[in-house]
Amino acid sequence: MKEKPRAAALISGGLDSMLAVRVIQEQGVEVEGINFFTGFCVEGHTHAIRQRDQKRPKRNNALWVAEMLGVPLHMIEVVDEYKEVLTNPKHGYGSNLNPCLDCKGFMVRKALEWMRENNFDFLITGEVVGQRPKSQKRQDMPIIQRESGAEDLLLRPLSAKLLPETYPERAGWVDRERLYDFNGRSRKPQMALARAFGFEEWAQPAGGCCFLTDAAYSAKLSDLWRSRGARQYDMDDIMLLKVGRHLRPRPHFKLVIAREEGETRFLEGYRKRFTHLRTVSHGGPLTLVDGETDEDDLLLAARLAARFSSGRAADRVRVSVTDVDGVTREMDVPPLPTSAVSADWYVGA
Amino acid sequence: MAAHCLDVRGLLCPMPVIRTQARVNQLAPGEELEILVTDPGALRDIPAWCRVHGHEVIATEEGRDETTIWVRVGGAAP
Repeated sequence: MKEKPRAAALISGGLDSMLAVRVIQEQGVEVEGINFFTGFCVEGHTHAIRQRDQKRPKRNNALWVAEMLGVPLHMIEVVDEYKEVLTNPKHGYGSNLNPCLDCKGFMVRKALEWMRENNFDFLITGEVVGQRPKSQKRQDMPIIQRESGAEDLLLRPLSAKLLPETYPERAGWVDRERLYDFNGRSRKPQMALARAFGFEEWAQPAGGCCFLTDAAYSAKLSDLWRSRGARQYDMDDIMLLKVGRHLRPRPHFKLVIAREEGETRFLEGYRKRFTHLRTVSHGGPLTLVDGETDEDDLLLAARLAARFSSGRAADRVRVSVTDVDGVTREMDVPPLPTSAVSADWYVGA
Repeated sequence: MAAHCLDVRGLLCPMPVIRTQARVNQLAPGEELEILVTDPGALRDIPAWCRVHGHEVIATEEGRDETTIWVRVGGAAP
């Protein structure tokens, strides 16, 4: 065996995975991090899009944690492979469209593949028994080990004392006595350990790092699947669901209406793929039309676009309509009164 | 002008970092890569990724709508 064992760690950017790595580093194990990008990670995207978020730090927390720990971080895109996890989760969804248990099993399986390709000895995660209702119950822990194929090569340093001994412990790479028995939803032990390690700052607890745990986002994704009659999506769909007001005034089409300048700029990048509307006589956001529309539908879309423009109180607003072939025409329409905009039209509001 | 160029304009983080990682992994130590980005977050994330892997950001140039980052590949393969 080589002198120093090597562990690959799933690093989300949250406190738990940061601590798990440091606990194992303290035992003389060399650690490198892995971070998977499913497309649904909150990191980065929304900050880049929305004007009001421009002043927020655009830090990627996983990279920041890796830097704090002094470990390389390998960032791996799994957007296509993740579709099967999300559209057909063996263990079902949480309170929204979050397939947490399947997701964790998938990520550990991918990490195991990476570990083997790169000659690492075992895996670590920041999982804590009982912390999450959907994926970190005590009975979930062996499911993840079994279904990922990692079996006893998967070590959870923060809860290891509550779990059966793993191979890294039996092999003498890791001293079980210097692992932890954290349990439950309280994060006080983690915070105390973080301070003991000298960490003065950490990202907000993970879980809020995935759009799929968000009710509004999940409602928009459900609506997309319903409208298509199939659980299908691509990267552009994922992105567009993060941006704008989504209104579905008729079953066969919806509107994506930018809420502010940053979103308008972002949607500009997609406008050539959609029929899109702009208010000409008054200031207003860019509106994309997703679906098949006839003349009556476009009139309704134009009246809605006018409703969300600065001309909402005007008698008439001039709206340009450009189809996917780039042909533009203009319509003079009365803005739809607020009373005529059904609350049911708002998707995920 | 670096011998190698990566255009990730239009991509939002972390994709510019992921594409940078894939490209740097194909290069030899000492080689330079010019990266064109539009997401302002990349200006923070790509240098952070370089630091944890031992690569060097040798220059950045911020334009109004896009930024160019020049990276020199470090000695240790990532």
